[in-house]
Amino acid sequence: MSDAARVRTLASRRASESFVRGLAAGVTALTVVGLASVLFSVVGYGARGLSMTTLTALPRPAGVPGGGVANAIVGTLLLVALACAIALPVGLLAGIHLAEARTGKLVRLARTAADALAAVPSVVFGIFVFGVLVAWMKHFSALAGGAALALTMIPTVTRATEVAVRAVPERLREAALALGATRHRVIAQVVLPSAARGIATGVLLAVGRAAGEAAPLLFTAWESRFFCDDLREPTASLPVSIFTYTISPYDDLHAQAWAAALVLVSLVLVFQVTARLLSKRRDDVS
Amino acid sequence: MSTVPPSTPPPPHVEKMRAENLGAKFPDAVALRGITMPVIEHKVTAVIGPSGCGKSTFIRCLNRMHEVVPGATTSGDVLLDGKSIYGSAVDPVGVRRKVGMVFQKPNPFPEMSVRDNVLSGLRLNGIRPASPDVVVEAALTQAAMWDEMRDSLDRPGGSLSGGQQQRLCIARCLALEPEVILMDEPCSSLDPIATARIEELIHDLRERYTIVIVTHSMQQAARVSDLTAFFYLGELVEYGLADVLFTRPEDPRTEEYITGRFG
Repeated sequence: MSDAARVRTLASRRASESFVRGLAAGVTALTVVGLASVLFSVVGYGARGLSMTTLTALPRPAGVPGGGVANAIVGTLLLVALACAIALPVGLLAGIHLAEARTGKLVRLARTAADALAAVPSVVFGIFVFGVLVAWMKHFSALAGGAALALTMIPTVTRATEVAVRAVPERLREAALALGATRHRVIAQVVLPSAARGIATGVLLAVGRAAGEAAPLLFTAWESRFFCDDLREPTASLPVSIFTYTISPYDDLHAQAWAAALVLVSLVLVFQVTARLLSKRRDDVS
Repeated sequence: MSTVPPSTPPPPHVEKMRAENLGAKFPDAVALRGITMPVIEHKVTAVIGPSGCGKSTFIRCLNRMHEVVPGATTSGDVLLDGKSIYGSAVDPVGVRRKVGMVFQKPNPFPEMSVRDNVLSGLRLNGIRPASPDVVVEAALTQAAMWDEMRDSLDRPGGSLSGGQQQRLCIARCLALEPEVILMDEPCSSLDPIATARIEELIHDLRERYTIVIVTHSMQQAARVSDLTAFFYLGELVEYGLADVLFTRPEDPRTEEYITGRFG
């Protein structure tokens, strides 16, 4: 009887295992379906509106056919570059400090602050920069947009740098110190080269996210119908163009919104795939 | 001084280093207490004792690597050529250039080539050697691995075998032309053949360098050392000529340890 009970238990355990396995596989498939359907609709609708004109021409007034989002593409690249120029020095140095100093009041505070900053909705950064920079300069500007995007990037870059620097084995630091290296040479010549791939992965993920943000740009970079030739002037960007075209009542603008979405997704995908390739190569080595 | 144990080697000998009432602490434990002991020039000094007796901490105090651990402190003094290495004006970076170190687990820079590993000590000190090839060949020759490495200088350090990695670490240390080499259980992760090669190497290196080696193997200490120090519970129990210490130990604790009754 006890044997039969054991067999039943085994059978029921097998059953519950296959149920949970099935559930997990189903949920996993759902995430793939989610991504696939987004990509499918973006590519499907976007490809229809996409042409060389979309990539190379400036917007035309509503109702006039033709025109493109060239200024928004350039604007997005410009904003991301500006954001990197601000966020990378801050994030890299802060991350290195958090990893190397490890303990201390300031370090704990900074680590908590970076985590809290990562949880702040990006629209709040937009309002903040509006209140500080835009109100002070008295108009929207590419600079303000870059600053708002930088704020969204700093926590990601900081924590990614900290994790990558901390993952460098202690024995390599000791090896360098025992060779008579000063602390900053150890960091510059041993720690950072070992951590470079991990840091690059984090930076690319942050860049990919920042490139797709519309909320922080709405009250900072605003938009423009022309190429940005002055950082103190507003600039167009893909996310904001998608937003304004989508809420407009014109069909050809809707088509352009889809095309812009396709361009944006491709851009972000390039960042994400590069990041993935970098982190994969890192796993192979270690 | 009366604390110098009786069986130091016959003269002439020069004290290259000297620990004076040396103590070492970690935030939560005392690792060393009142160590007074010379390190004789051009001799191999072995430090033996059971795990946790402070022998690794002791040699890490000799090149100021102990203080690298957060919260770790030292007391007393260590002299190098008669001068304190713990003086307020002394830069630990300069001490570590003169007193090199080889670690328990081989730690070549894994992605650097063999050549760059050998040159890394110089580069980390901001020195660009005029003829790097000469430096690389000389250091690898001294580490008894030039013949097997001469055609593999571009291989990454991490791709070598454990024994080769450890000899590469020795070559990296030698390229800086240190005066003293500290070795912290350099063979504990190596197989017997690789161990034998390192022991031979230690034998050859004493001509030019002063060597302090920590080992948990009494056989190894007996094979490689001229002088041996036995540490127990953070204290120096006995120090003297290796053959005397291993055949006629003075302290009962030394005798118990070397006859295998504890440890």
